[in-house]
Amino acid sequence: MISPHPIAALIGILIVVLSIASGLIWIERRLLALWQDRYGPNRVGPFGLFQVLADTIKLLAKEDWIPPFADKPVFIIAPAIIMVTVLMSFAVLPVAPGIIISDLSVALLFFLAMSSLGVYSIVLAGWASDNKYSLLGGLRAAAQMLSYEVFMGLSLMGIVLLAGSFSLTDIVHAQQRIWFIVPQFLGFLLFLVAGLAETRRLPFDLPEAESELVAGFHSEYSGMKFGMFFVGEYLGITLISAMITILFFGGWMGPVLPPIVWFLIKTFFFLGLFILIRASLPRPRFDQLMAWAWKLMLPLALANLLVTGAVLLAFYR
Amino acid sequence: MFSIVRTLWDVFLHSFQRRVTRQYPEQPAYLPPRWRGRIVLSRDPDGGERCVACYLCAIACPVDCIALQATEDSNGRRYPEFFRINFSRCIFCGYCEDACPTYAIQLTPDFEMSEYKRQNLVYEKEDLLISGTGKYPGYNFWRVAGVQIDGKDKGQSEREEPPTDLRQLLP
Amino acid sequence: MAIIYIDDKPHQADAKQNLLHACLSLGFNLPYFCWHPALGSVGACRQCAVKQFRTPDDKHGHLVMACMIPAVEGTRISIHDPEAVAFRAGIIEGMMQNHPHDCPVCDEGGECHLQDMTVMTGHNYRRYDFPKRTFRNQYLGPFVNHEMNRCIQCYRCVRFYREYAGGNDFNVFGIRNTAYFGRYQDGVLESEFAGNLDEVCPTGVFTDATHKHHYTRKWDLQFAPSVCVHCGLGCNISPGERYGTLRRIVNRYHGDINGYFLCDRGRHGSEFVNSDQRIRQARLRRNGQLQAVSKAEALEHIRQVLTSSSRVIGIGSPRASLEANFALRAAVGERNFFAGIFQRELRLLNRVLDVLRNGLAPAASLREMENSDAVLVLGEDVTNYAPRMALSLRQSVRQGPMAMADKLKIPHWLDHSVRELAQDSKGPLFIASIAATRLDDVASETYHAAPDELARLGFAVAHKLDDNAPAVSGLTLEQTALAERIAQALRSARQPLIVSGLSCHSTAVISAAANIAQALRRTGQPSRVTFTVPECNSVGLALLGGRPLEDAFAAVRNRAADTVIVLENDLYRRASVQDVDALLLGAKHVIVLDHLTNATSTKAELVLPAATFAESDGTLVNNEARAQRFFQTFVPQPDVQESWRWLRDAIIASGRQDFAAWENLDHVIASMAVEVPALAAASKAAPDATFRMSGAKVPRQPERYSGRTAMLANIDLSEPKPPDDPDSPLSFSMEGSPDQPPSPLIPFAWSPGWNSYQAWNKFQEEIAGPLRGGNPGVPLVEAAAQPQQEYVRDVPAPFQPGDGEWLIVPFYHIFGSEELSIHSHGVKQLSPGAYLAMNDKDAERARLRPEDRIEFTIAAISYQAALKVRADLPQGIAAIPAGIEPLQGIQLPDWSRIVRVA
Repeated sequence: MISPHPIAALIGILIVVLSIASGLIWIERRLLALWQDRYGPNRVGPFGLFQVLADTIKLLAKEDWIPPFADKPVFIIAPAIIMVTVLMSFAVLPVAPGIIISDLSVALLFFLAMSSLGVYSIVLAGWASDNKYSLLGGLRAAAQMLSYEVFMGLSLMGIVLLAGSFSLTDIVHAQQRIWFIVPQFLGFLLFLVAGLAETRRLPFDLPEAESELVAGFHSEYSGMKFGMFFVGEYLGITLISAMITILFFGGWMGPVLPPIVWFLIKTFFFLGLFILIRASLPRPRFDQLMAWAWKLMLPLALANLLVTGAVLLAFYR
Repeated sequence: MFSIVRTLWDVFLHSFQRRVTRQYPEQPAYLPPRWRGRIVLSRDPDGGERCVACYLCAIACPVDCIALQATEDSNGRRYPEFFRINFSRCIFCGYCEDACPTYAIQLTPDFEMSEYKRQNLVYEKEDLLISGTGKYPGYNFWRVAGVQIDGKDKGQSEREEPPTDLRQLLP
Repeated sequence: MAIIYIDDKPHQADAKQNLLHACLSLGFNLPYFCWHPALGSVGACRQCAVKQFRTPDDKHGHLVMACMIPAVEGTRISIHDPEAVAFRAGIIEGMMQNHPHDCPVCDEGGECHLQDMTVMTGHNYRRYDFPKRTFRNQYLGPFVNHEMNRCIQCYRCVRFYREYAGGNDFNVFGIRNTAYFGRYQDGVLESEFAGNLDEVCPTGVFTDATHKHHYTRKWDLQFAPSVCVHCGLGCNISPGERYGTLRRIVNRYHGDINGYFLCDRGRHGSEFVNSDQRIRQARLRRNGQLQAVSKAEALEHIRQVLTSSSRVIGIGSPRASLEANFALRAAVGERNFFAGIFQRELRLLNRVLDVLRNGLAPAASLREMENSDAVLVLGEDVTNYAPRMALSLRQSVRQGPMAMADKLKIPHWLDHSVRELAQDSKGPLFIASIAATRLDDVASETYHAAPDELARLGFAVAHKLDDNAPAVSGLTLEQTALAERIAQALRSARQPLIVSGLSCHSTAVISAAANIAQALRRTGQPSRVTFTVPECNSVGLALLGGRPLEDAFAAVRNRAADTVIVLENDLYRRASVQDVDALLLGAKHVIVLDHLTNATSTKAELVLPAATFAESDGTLVNNEARAQRFFQTFVPQPDVQESWRWLRDAIIASGRQDFAAWENLDHVIASMAVEVPALAAASKAAPDATFRMSGAKVPRQPERYSGRTAMLANIDLSEPKPPDDPDSPLSFSMEGSPDQPPSPLIPFAWSPGWNSYQAWNKFQEEIAGPLRGGNPGVPLVEAAAQPQQEYVRDVPAPFQPGDGEWLIVPFYHIFGSEELSIHSHGVKQLSPGAYLAMNDKDAERARLRPEDRIEFTIAAISYQAALKVRADLPQGIAAIPAGIEPLQGIQLPDWSRIVRVA
């Protein structure tokens, strides 16, 4: 199914998503400050709102340094990949009835595919930098991505079973009666954890791990190339928050307010949650990270799938 | 698992606590009088320069950021011809003030001396001299020293006898 | 040697010395005031108290003054005994009672013996709360500043000034705690050694008045080991620099030469380094005007000149270093190198060198002069010609009375007792000179006559000593008797000394001195000789060789040469205006290297800014042919560089690229050693530039040099890297090895706890003895093993006063006659004006009155001056001050009529 106004939606979503992502930088700093009993950026413009602008100007004005020992083409392409893959995922997100760029029937699979591709950005950046810390960061990212991608997909299969479709629009429509958070609570938790890991957010920021690896895969990056990683991360958070909204919290659905507002409210709630998690939780060791993925999360995801399937078989035949 | 949720909640509760940050330029901090900030050269109660160019601050300075040159006016009063502090090197340790025998050099509760050009952090005597006595009112080195200057003859310092009459030999 | 026990530990000590001397020699810190290594003990200040024990079992002991007790075998003392410590603390507290609260504005602060001793004894809080006694100060002349309140009555100043230096216009007045040290009334101190009061005074009563107006603490000065350039004795000095100007000169101890004292010309004569007459940029004559040009332009001009000239000649200088003169010789070639002095002076110098080489008598160092017990000064006014020597000769007259002290078993260091015993008795010191000298007051006999008569007296003395020596005919009875008395004194002396020199410009006088040495040697009497020389490197120049100045004039006059390079030499001071004009205007190109704008440099086509002694390194050879290295004190303005560097650049510019190998001073010295074997030993005068102590250079700056990050911050905030010094093992920094450097490299005296000059104690093998590792300098002249036994036989005829003509001789003045020191304000103030002095009877006969304006004519040039009448001048002789404007460039002695100007 094709959206009624694909070009308008494309431009609209792109603008909104990008401004949310950059605005998030300000929001995150203000929220972190709030929870740490500080003020955060409050000097540039009203409430420090122009801080992002100032930072952007600073990043643009900085020397765009490519280390002489780097693999130059790969070094340049790497930050672009993350931007592209994450932005591609937004193409299949149903924001509200009619506001969607491409209503793919396999949208969920497309989302999973794109988020997996994103890891290339990190791995290539780490490798192209020709720096041991960057390389370690890249390796960690690869391993982390592989491990968490597996049960991320599996944790969503329950929803697919319930909705009977890979189309995100269908999934939202399937939540008319009840949000999938209720039948799929375990799936939600698993997806939340996987989403955090997928976006390499704290507490799962092991590829960066500034206390261990300088700045991990982007140690050698500066200027706007670093800015792309930076924005890419916030795009990722926005994407995961939007996906949680769509998959488990009924997407745009809600009383009184227009659908798009509901969608934004729900998305921002999860964005806030992501930041709260960052403010609260410490980073695990890498072996713990791996152990959780394979020994805890994967079995739980499988169990969730089995139980969902069994219940469906038993009651909704 | 519960501990994670509890942590999240505890952190969230900080939203409602007072912020500890002081909004500095609008809410200035209280600095005690003995705070070691910008260095000044004070004057004695008569309004003369207190600095006698003894070089003790310069030798006490661990970063060697004080340079001066002594000179003398026609009446024997010694003063610095130039007196330069390179504040881009100063570590505000206050040793110069400790070393100063005349209370001339004093550290003040002022640290707001940022400059866009580093060169502007070099303060000459004109930039350092203040019009008052600073923290130590009343002291005037020349009233204690034994040398003769304009307006103070030999024997007129504190606790001095009048100059010896060399022509009398009474025991 | 004796074993003494200090705090129950055995130590070696010199039994001829006192306990204070022993303790300090052994490195112990024992405070003292009235004692001075050169002045001996008087036991006045009571500061060096120690506990002495009679036997090892004596636990009680008794307090003694260490400076008053001989260090005899088995002496047991304790320095750290609590009672002695408390006693010393009490003494210093007493001394400090009246000491004013002046340290911040006192010039002695930071190098004050009183400060050091106060810290050493631990006195740190004034309990005395009553009024302090005060004094009025005196004006003591341009060199010494007086601040009497600070006095602690140690009496060192009067002991130095009256007893050591022989001044009598300074004394102690008053009684009890109001003893006053000064003059009877305000006035310039008469002694030429008054400047030493700065260093002799343990506190700030006497300080350097010339330093006052650009005062810098000792810790802020950059020092270098240097050698005084104001006479031929080669006294060692430590010049101190700050902010690019030379601030002051202090004595650098040298056990054989200057010891603890300098003359006032040496101490205060270096203001020329800061003079506004300094040439600081190369100047090139364009359209008749000298204009400042860059170094590159100057070198380009040199290239053009040198490549286009048919013959280039170089005129060296007796006040330039060996290296500079050698570089000039290398630039122009040996054949074209002229020594820069006239044949007459060169011949005199070579005669002096012949005597030294012959080895009849070794050249006496100043230290050895002090130990001579009979002295004949032949023809010299040493106070004015080689000033520091006068101080040493003054000590020599004490050698005679010392015999009396020995008889009574009074140790020599017990100064007061020895002087009480000696009273006015003095050892033999005969002064035969043209006129009265400042040493006459200690002379046993003086004789004033014309140079030829002085030579005749010398020959007569030689004949009296040894009949084989040529006899002198036509002597007066008076002369014969005097010669007999002199011969008698020399014959009976343990170590006789003959002092002669160049000041009366007579070969006969020097030959006479040589004959006396020869006669003494033949009669089995070891003697020593010393000759004064006019300038700091006169002997070095004579050793280097070179043709006399007349030949240079002739070469240009005959068109045999068209380009002249003049090295640090104001020819107008040496030769007449016509001669120098003919040279400078006759030559197509004239290149002058010098420090100061002078008559010669203003006539040049190209003037190159040459570094002074304070801005360059080099070697000077003093009157005893001792080569000594002086080191650069500070880095001058970029265009000013050492003369040898200018000449090297000139050689390279002229296309001889092999001279690029002269990268530093050592290369020049090495090259000089090959070319001039007589100077080969000069390379051993000091360690070369590769020398390191613990891998580091010797720092020129004291450890606590201040203001490093601020002194240039007004120009640029980023501190420049300290300048490199490729020429020496010293660094322009406070960083470097903390160890004690070898003696030629000691920039200044400092030792932990010893900030004053008394820190030299820590650098000597024993107190007042040689520096550790030997005193600096190497002899360049080796005495022949088999001296020539021949006497000089050409005795001059008696002096015949002219008929209406006078023999005009130069009189040297300590202040004024020397070219560079006259640029110091104090020296200028004390220098005499132009005058002509004449015997009173002569004046009467010629109907001339004092202060008459008179005229005399030499070499067809007329000069005018005011007449002075002096009874001490022999008849037929007239004297003019040497080197004082406008009486310059006159070749003397010479005959002239003297007429009154209407």
